[in-house]
Amino acid sequence: MRARLLPHPLLTVLVTLVFIFLMNEVTAGVVVLGLILGFAIPLLTAPFWPGRPRLKAPLTVAEFMLVVLWDIIISNIEVAKLILFRRGDRLRTRYVTVPLDLETPEAIALLAGTITMTPGTVSADLSADGKALLVHCLDTGDPAATVAAIKARYERRLKRIFE
Amino acid sequence: MIAAAIAIAGGAICLAILLTLYRLAVGPDATDRVLALDTLVIETIALIVLGGIAFGTAMYFEAALLFAMVGFVTTVAFCKFLLRGNVIE
Amino acid sequence: MHLLAEALVAALILIGAFFLFVGALGLARLPDMMRRLHGPTKATTLGIGALLIASMVYFAAVRGTFSIHELLITLFLFLTAPVSAHMLAKAHILRSGGRRDLPPTGTRTGWATLDDCKSDGT
Repeated sequence: MRARLLPHPLLTVLVTLVFIFLMNEVTAGVVVLGLILGFAIPLLTAPFWPGRPRLKAPLTVAEFMLVVLWDIIISNIEVAKLILFRRGDRLRTRYVTVPLDLETPEAIALLAGTITMTPGTVSADLSADGKALLVHCLDTGDPAATVAAIKARYERRLKRIFE
Repeated sequence: MIAAAIAIAGGAICLAILLTLYRLAVGPDATDRVLALDTLVIETIALIVLGGIAFGTAMYFEAALLFAMVGFVTTVAFCKFLLRGNVIE
Repeated sequence: MHLLAEALVAALILIGAFFLFVGALGLARLPDMMRRLHGPTKATTLGIGALLIASMVYFAAVRGTFSIHELLITLFLFLTAPVSAHMLAKAHILRSGGRRDLPPTGTRTGWATLDDCKSDGT
């Protein structure tokens, strides 16, 4: 019964919150309309969402978000320093391959996005069987250390969240 | 204080737009030009938000949101075209 | 209190403009496409984020009206910036035909953009 009326509880919360943010005010009418949309939209679009990943460790999600936000700020300052004070052709730019332990597609997508937003790296491509990620580093002296840092800092947490 | 900050920031963003336009005009490859267009959209959003603060009205935020959405779809469509020679498959 | 809020707004506006400028500078002066990709994707997202937070603080503290709109734009840009960067990188790899520049995958197949036979190439 609950599964039929509320196929995606998280999506319901998200739709309601986004509607309230869009209206830019918190009044009874807006909240009620948001809730109606929040219940109707997951019900109507349920056939388009066949499977969804399970979140194993909800507390790790908060930890992961804080780590990523902090790294975004650090990475911006680092990249700004590189752009302002170093000559472009002196940067030790190179591609590195990151072998993946993750298997869930959502987790891999999240990892690729995180790598792009964090210090001096952009994820460029995925291997055709989905087991390795091509990462472009703006300035790295030790590629092995960069790969190890990515695996320890982000992939370990994502693995705990999704698998 | 805020007025001075807005003036300086406006100048800086206009300089940024000029640099981006330079890349748009020079850019050796089509991907450079798409990247320049994407950056241009983000800078335009920054100018709109700055205008909202300067005039003290929240009216411009819908425009900024629409710009963000259309800009993203445009970039992805351009890249899809470069990858496949086709947008809708 | 009022003065403190104004100083905070001014500082955030200046930080945002600085990062936007640095991003555009990186786009204009770095020598090749993959290096240029680093400037706009990172620097501009933080720049626009700082500006939008400045706008939120300004409307809340100085004007006294409540505004949470800006969070939506910030979140949207933070979600979409990596996706467009990834698509641009794939397009660049395909167009430059740089198979020899790329390291081996370490698995049995090649990179998805170049080895199109197996994947659906998204």
